[in-house]
Amino acid sequence: MTDTMERPSTTGATQAQEGPGRGMRFTNWAANWVDERTSMSGLVKELGRKIFPDHWSFMLGEVALYSFIVILLSGTFLTFFFQASMAPVEYEGSYAPLKGLEMSSAMASTLDISFDIRGGLLMRQIHHWAALLFVASIGLHMLRIFFTGAFRKPRELNWVVGFVLFVLAMGEGFTGYSLPDDLLSGNGLRIIDGMIKGVPVVGTWISYLLFGGEFPGEAIVGRLYTLHILLLPALVVAAIGVHMVLLIVNKHTQFAGPGRTNDNVVGVPIMPVFAAKAGGFFFIIFGVIALVASTVTINPIWNYGPYDPSPISAGTQPDWYIGFADGALRLVPPGWEFQLGPYTVSMNILIPILVLVLFLLVVALYPFFEAWITGDKREHHIADRPRNAPMRTAIGAAGVTFYAALWAAASSDLIATHFRLAVEGVTHAIQALLIFGPIIAGVVTHRVCIALQKKDREIALHGYESGRIVRLPGGEYIEVHEPLSDFERWKLVSFEEYQPLMVRPDARGRITAGQRLRASISRFFFEDRISPVTQTELEAAHSDHH
Amino acid sequence: MADQGSAAPGTAVEKREAPIPSAGTAVVRSDRVENPGFPPYRPRVSDLDPKKERQNERRVAWFFWASIIGTVFAITAYIAFPIVEGDMASVRLNNGLLGLGIALALLSIGLGAVHWSKALMDGHDLVEQRHPTRGSEETRARAAEIFTLGNKESGFTRRKLIRNSLIGALAVMPLPAIVIFRDLAPAADPNALLKHTMWEKGMRLTKDPNGVPIKASDVTLGSVFQVIPEGLYDTEHPLEEKAKAAVLLMRLKPEDLHVSPGRESWNYDGIVAYSKICTHVGCPVALYEQQTHHLLCPCHQSQFDITHEAEVIFGPAKRPLPQLPISVDAEGYLVAQSDFHEPVGPSFWERVHD
Ligand code: FES
Repeated sequence: MTDTMERPSTTGATQAQEGPGRGMRFTNWAANWVDERTSMSGLVKELGRKIFPDHWSFMLGEVALYSFIVILLSGTFLTFFFQASMAPVEYEGSYAPLKGLEMSSAMASTLDISFDIRGGLLMRQIHHWAALLFVASIGLHMLRIFFTGAFRKPRELNWVVGFVLFVLAMGEGFTGYSLPDDLLSGNGLRIIDGMIKGVPVVGTWISYLLFGGEFPGEAIVGRLYTLHILLLPALVVAAIGVHMVLLIVNKHTQFAGPGRTNDNVVGVPIMPVFAAKAGGFFFIIFGVIALVASTVTINPIWNYGPYDPSPISAGTQPDWYIGFADGALRLVPPGWEFQLGPYTVSMNILIPILVLVLFLLVVALYPFFEAWITGDKREHHIADRPRNAPMRTAIGAAGVTFYAALWAAASSDLIATHFRLAVEGVTHAIQALLIFGPIIAGVVTHRVCIALQKKDREIALHGYESGRIVRLPGGEYIEVHEPLSDFERWKLVSFEEYQPLMVRPDARGRITAGQRLRASISRFFFEDRISPVTQTELEAAHSDHH
Repeated sequence: MADQGSAAPGTAVEKREAPIPSAGTAVVRSDRVENPGFPPYRPRVSDLDPKKERQNERRVAWFFWASIIGTVFAITAYIAFPIVEGDMASVRLNNGLLGLGIALALLSIGLGAVHWSKALMDGHDLVEQRHPTRGSEETRARAAEIFTLGNKESGFTRRKLIRNSLIGALAVMPLPAIVIFRDLAPAADPNALLKHTMWEKGMRLTKDPNGVPIKASDVTLGSVFQVIPEGLYDTEHPLEEKAKAAVLLMRLKPEDLHVSPGRESWNYDGIVAYSKICTHVGCPVALYEQQTHHLLCPCHQSQFDITHEAEVIFGPAKRPLPQLPISVDAEGYLVAQSDFHEPVGPSFWERVHD
């Protein structure tokens, strides 16, 4: 590139006039070679200039994808040194406090990775931090999709695929957490074992088969390792593949904006801008993980020591994404276990498991529920602003509160010691929060959304309040309103509005119970609503001002 | 840029022949505000000022140079700061410097690329049309035709006998894949194992982990002992045995103990032994509060009252911790009178079933 050129985009043209350089000739030859054997040009033609809309929140999914790549890379390194075996060995590595202690090969090799392999500790920490980020970014990405309604037709299936990825990611996290066979991971497994045993009829046997005998046995680490590095990653890769293909087929959603319609995608092309941004973003994510991993210790298993069924330390925490499950177990009130004839039914375990499964099911199926309520069969490519779908946003806020309460419960002991409260009191408070919190959060969120919509309406009609007060000739004071441009206004007025469903008799003249239910939920959803400003109102408002 | 379709949602679906999808309860208005179209492009500084453009160009290059420096630094650190056996500081130094070098190399490439794309690459938004996800009517008709042909040529629905036999075969075929997992665990019935621990009559209570037997006189008022059965580490599966047999031993004033009928002889002069395995999901119940005589499980905060035979006073656990009946032998050491009288640890379906 020479200094005489005005725009970088003219580079190609200039070179073409001078005849291709050596590098270009090689590229041409290589591209031709590949295309004559693969038809690759068709793919480039299809995808090369595909348009991606830009918004910061669209990057959350990218963060998840890139942290997964970091996990694959760092994890592969770890597999070269890790011994997934519970065979007891005497630790002979260089970490003095544990020297001579008997422990499993898994634990010993993890210590070796940490203390005897250069860069090994770094890789462990990169792997762990990336895993935490992976699950977190999937969660945030899901929240973004939910609150903007990007799960609506035609993307319901991709929502489900994403949901499956979230569950797989938690599975990956838990299996990985258990591998080093340290005290913490062993106690985690102990809890899983206890939960499985609480399942009626089959629980005892499932635990027995999983652990290859009695807990802890010598099989579980090897088995989880197979899941962790083979089965689950294969499923994750496959699901990501489907997720990406559907993303390409459905194209990305975009926020409302001037010129953007439900029929177009406005943004930057893959080649070159999006590729540069996304590629660069991958390196930034990787870099940030590396930076955190080289400065902040995580999971210092050498402090915990090898697994032993008797000791435990107070105040230990599972990885954050398991917290909601652990919290659910803690919130059960005393006494939820009974005898059914000769059999023991552990409701103190079953109920939390059921609550978690139900919660996850509601998350997975929400798109279909909303589609059923609205009856809207059109494709939706414009992402909603959360305030413009008040009831959905309220439901989301309720769900987040529910999750947060479970999550907080997992730290009830820490909360109690930190704030010098009785752990009983903290538990009771969180129990109340779990039940009433979502309702309150939902109601408040709904109100706030409606209020924001009203404000939008005001602004769309009358402009921004300028803060300038003017006295009219009649003596009356008014505040001057700054009018909006058409471009600014468009963002405030272009949204969907739904009305409550009217029950009508079907072809046979009957009103089914399903219809009635749908109508009452629809009323609950859309009774309180704010309509977008119409052209008529706009003109009326404008003639008022003049 | 010129492309501006109608802004109404749902218009992405071509109306040529495909049915128009229902808008459900959406309000469709005729007088909605019209989409004003694209705002004019606001040029960036690099678009207008060649000097700024060159400055940005240099900046991007600098980022990439910084990345090379980071890589060189990382390799140098890897070699120059090896791990010295037993020296924890060297571990930290090696990993830390290596990591910082790698982080610099990665971040610089990333920031350079993003800066390049933002400041120097074409900044105009482009527009692409969407097409309905649903296949065109011809495609769909052809697809349906292919299925019909396939059905006709194979007789899949006509030859019911073949079809149903195939479905039946496919349904049972995976069963071996389930059956062959039986040997994930040994042949023995888990129930028998779960209902017994290695404690037996006369077995000494010893300290965890060194296995030193405990004299009754060692157990002073208010003290707590982590206990394992004598000879635990000589067994074939010490961890499995320990996961069931771990015991907590403490001495209370005999008048503080509320002993139920039949258990009068289970304690020895105020010394009581309880299973350490939580009856909720099996964590070790590790925390003993001296004043209140409460045991606290750190996993989900179940609390057990030792003065009332470890009954649950808070938390999700239901059953009291099983008590190990103890006495002393001729030499004054604490011994078990028998195994526990009920299964220890988490509940399971067949817990009281025999
Ligand atoms: S394991 Fe003890 S309370 Fe849950």
